[in-house]
Amino acid sequence: MSEILNDETKKVLIEPLVDNNPITLQVLGICSALAVTSQMSTSLIMALALTLVTACSSAAISAIRNHIPGSIRIIVQMTIIASLVIVVDQILKAFAYEISKQLSVFVGLIITNCIVMGRAEGYAMKNPPLASFIDGIGNGLGYSLILIAVSFIRESLGSGKLLGIEVFKLTKDGGWYDPNGLMLLPPSAFFIIGLIIWAVRQWKPKQAEAADFKILSIAHGEGGHH
Amino acid sequence: MEAYISLFIKAVFIENLALSFFLGMCTFIAVSKKISTAMGLGIAVMMVQIITVPANNFIYHALLKEDALSWMGIKGVDLSFLALLSCIGVIAALVQILEMILDKFFPALYHALGIFLPLITVNCAILAGSLFMIERDYNLPESVVYGVGSGFGWALAITVMAGVREKLKYSDIPAGLQGLGITFITAGLMSLGFMAFSGIQL
Repeated sequence: MSEILNDETKKVLIEPLVDNNPITLQVLGICSALAVTSQMSTSLIMALALTLVTACSSAAISAIRNHIPGSIRIIVQMTIIASLVIVVDQILKAFAYEISKQLSVFVGLIITNCIVMGRAEGYAMKNPPLASFIDGIGNGLGYSLILIAVSFIRESLGSGKLLGIEVFKLTKDGGWYDPNGLMLLPPSAFFIIGLIIWAVRQWKPKQAEAADFKILSIAHGEGGHH
Repeated sequence: MEAYISLFIKAVFIENLALSFFLGMCTFIAVSKKISTAMGLGIAVMMVQIITVPANNFIYHALLKEDALSWMGIKGVDLSFLALLSCIGVIAALVQILEMILDKFFPALYHALGIFLPLITVNCAILAGSLFMIERDYNLPESVVYGVGSGFGWALAITVMAGVREKLKYSDIPAGLQGLGITFITAGLMSLGFMAFSGIQL
C-alpha cells in the first residue's frame, strides 16, 4: 500500500515539472508568469507564494470536498483561496515591503490564477488532502521552474545582474556587456516563453499540437482543430 | 473633462491590460481562435468591467478604507486588508446577477455570450481592474472611465489577436512551435506594437 502511495506521490510531484507543466502545456497561470519576471527576486517570491497558496488551498478544499454542495463550489473555493492570498499578502507587506510594492497587484491576482483554481477543481475535489497538497506543490514547482528560467534570462541579459548582483560588467561602468533593454520590456517575456515552449516540444514531441491545415500536394484543408 | 479623456486613452492604449500587463492571458490565448467568439468575450469583459470597477470603488471608499466607517460613528478602523476578498466576492456576485438579467431581458445576447460569462469571474483582467483602481486611488467618476477604458482595451486586443490567428493557421509553422508557441510570439509582437504608445504623455 505504502509503495503504491509513493509511486502516486512521485507521479503527482514530478509530472507537472515538464510532462504536464501548468504553463507550457496546460496554458494556466500565464499572466503573472509574464508580468513579474523582469527580476529574479520578484519572481522567486511570486513562485514561493503561488506554490504555498496552491498547496494549502488544495489541501483545505480537499479536506472539505465531501461537504461542499456542487452548485456553490466555485464561491467556496474562491473564499478559501482569497483568504490564503490575504495571509500571503499581509506577510509580504510586513516582512518584504519593497518587493510587495514591486509585485503590486500581482499577489492579489493569485486568487484568479488559473493554476490554483484549476488544481482545486481538477484534482483536489476528487482526491484526499495529502495527495492534493503534494499535487499543489508539484504544480507550483512546475510554474516556479518556468518563472525562474524566464527571469534568469531576462535579468541577466537585460541588466547584467542576477538577484541584484552584477554578473556581466556593463559598458557604462567600463565593462564589456551592453545590456539589451528589450529584455526588460514586457514583449520579451512573450518571446522567451514562446521559445521555451518550442524547445520543450522539440524535446517531447508528443506535446506538439497538430496543425489546423497541412500543406499537401493536392491543396485541400483539413477542417476543425485538434 | 480632459482628464477623463486622457485617462480613457491611457487605459485603452498605453496601459492596455492584456498587452502591457499581461492580464487575462489564459482566456486571451485560449479563446482567440475565431474573431466572432473573441469579440463576444471582449464585449462580455467590457460589460462586467464597467459594472464591477465602480461597484468595488464604492464599496472600498464607503466601507473598507481607513476611517471609511466614520459615517457610522466608528473611528480608526482600517479594513483595507479585506479588499481582496470583497473585490472577488463582488465580482462573482455581479457576474451571476448580470447573467440572470441578460437571460431574462436580452436572451439573444445571453446566448451569444454563452459559457464566457460565468468564466469571467476568474479572468484576472477583471480583478486587476478593481485592484489597480484601489492602488491608484481613483474616485468614482474616474473609476467609471477606467472601467470602460480598460475593458475596451482588452476587447480590442483579443479581437485583433483573433484576426491575426485566423490568418496564421494557414501558414507553415515548425511542428514544436505550432499552436501555443507561435501564439505567444505573435502576442509578443503585438505587445511590441503597443509599446509604441508608451512614449505618449497625457
